[in-house]
Amino acid sequence: MKTMDAQSIIAKRIALELRTGMLVNLGIGIPTMVANYVPDNIKVFFQSENGLIGTGPIPEEGMAHPLLTDAGGQPVTALPGASTFDSAMSFGLIRGGHVDMTVLGALQIDGKGLLANWMIPGKMVPGMGGAMDLVSGAKRVVIAMQHTAKGKPKIVNKCTLPLTSIRPVDLVVTEMAVIAFPEGRATLMETGPGVSVEQVVAATEAKLVVPDKIPTMRL
Amino acid sequence: MKTVPVEQAVSMIPEGAILMIGGFMGVGTPERIIDELVRQGKRNLTVIANDTAVPGRGVGKLVDAGLVRKTIASHIGLNPETQRQMIEKKMEVDLIPQGTLIERIRAGGCGLGGVLTPTGVGTVVAEGKQKIEVDGKSYLLETALHADFALINAFLADYLGNLAYALTSRNFNPIIAMASDTTIVSAEHIVPVGLIAPDHVVTPAPLVDYIVANG
Repeated sequence: MKTMDAQSIIAKRIALELRTGMLVNLGIGIPTMVANYVPDNIKVFFQSENGLIGTGPIPEEGMAHPLLTDAGGQPVTALPGASTFDSAMSFGLIRGGHVDMTVLGALQIDGKGLLANWMIPGKMVPGMGGAMDLVSGAKRVVIAMQHTAKGKPKIVNKCTLPLTSIRPVDLVVTEMAVIAFPEGRATLMETGPGVSVEQVVAATEAKLVVPDKIPTMRL
Repeated sequence: MKTVPVEQAVSMIPEGAILMIGGFMGVGTPERIIDELVRQGKRNLTVIANDTAVPGRGVGKLVDAGLVRKTIASHIGLNPETQRQMIEKKMEVDLIPQGTLIERIRAGGCGLGGVLTPTGVGTVVAEGKQKIEVDGKSYLLETALHADFALINAFLADYLGNLAYALTSRNFNPIIAMASDTTIVSAEHIVPVGLIAPDHVVTPAPLVDYIVANG
């Protein structure tokens, strides 16, 4: 059997966090891939912050509508039961705590779960888009990211990049580990397929709380 | 409400005007009005919009033509030309969280001085802003935004100016329609009064000043 690539492992593991009836907002990149792994028995609503609940898969060839896109401007479909609305409503849903879970990418996460994901001063200044509102307002914030970037840990003692919010994230899923932040401390919950606890600790700059028993990631 | 040719609608907009422009990555942007702004070469514009789309599309066309002095937006990451002009200091860019941007516009259109939002507390966004505690929770005071003109893309406009929108092209359009001195609409379809049922009107006719005629 072909081993899963890092991005697929991350997306598939996060999909197991979904529960029927949830309103879920997926960021761009690996987070978008979570929609490909929704378990068959789970029905969720995906929100696109440009004004859609009930976002469906990419349309078939020739079936795209120019006025039906996701937050990246790419064509999507609307599932039966979908609804559309303006941006004030969309961000009212986000800030108002009506979004049950958001999945976002990250540049850095610190040992308390604080996130930096929107700019690299002097290098990349795209704007925060909806990220700050999502992290401030969603009921649960899940981070989808590769554990390291160019061999350097992304889970650090203290973020050197500008923070997205002072609200800590709830869960970080990488190809090497699942990390949560009970009592504000980065805690190893699961290891990735074929990854040892020692490898996770070595690839993580922040101090990790390591419980006695660490299960392997369920996929 | 008046129906005007696009040339006349745009001739009302002076150089240096503050414009709110509908659209999200170009979806829901009134391209005909944008094209005419470029043709008439209106300079030194301040553009308030969600994003600057991509070069060659929507607000991106105004950026390409060098007509924008200042952009107030939530995201410019997909338009390298905006980033280039910002880095070369040819254009001032004010980046605002998307939910804060739309609420500042909504406040401007609804007679409010601003809004209190938790978004941005403790980040660089909070710099220079008043922090206010309400029931033990911290918020930033974000002040209202107002514009000289709102440029709207609607799906349906009736002869009176009632508007309805399609799918994800609604985005900023109905909110900016309330927050400017003059609202100019370009519609995909102009239809008889009554065809948009009262329950389906999103922007009521009195908010619309001009509809760009088919042509």
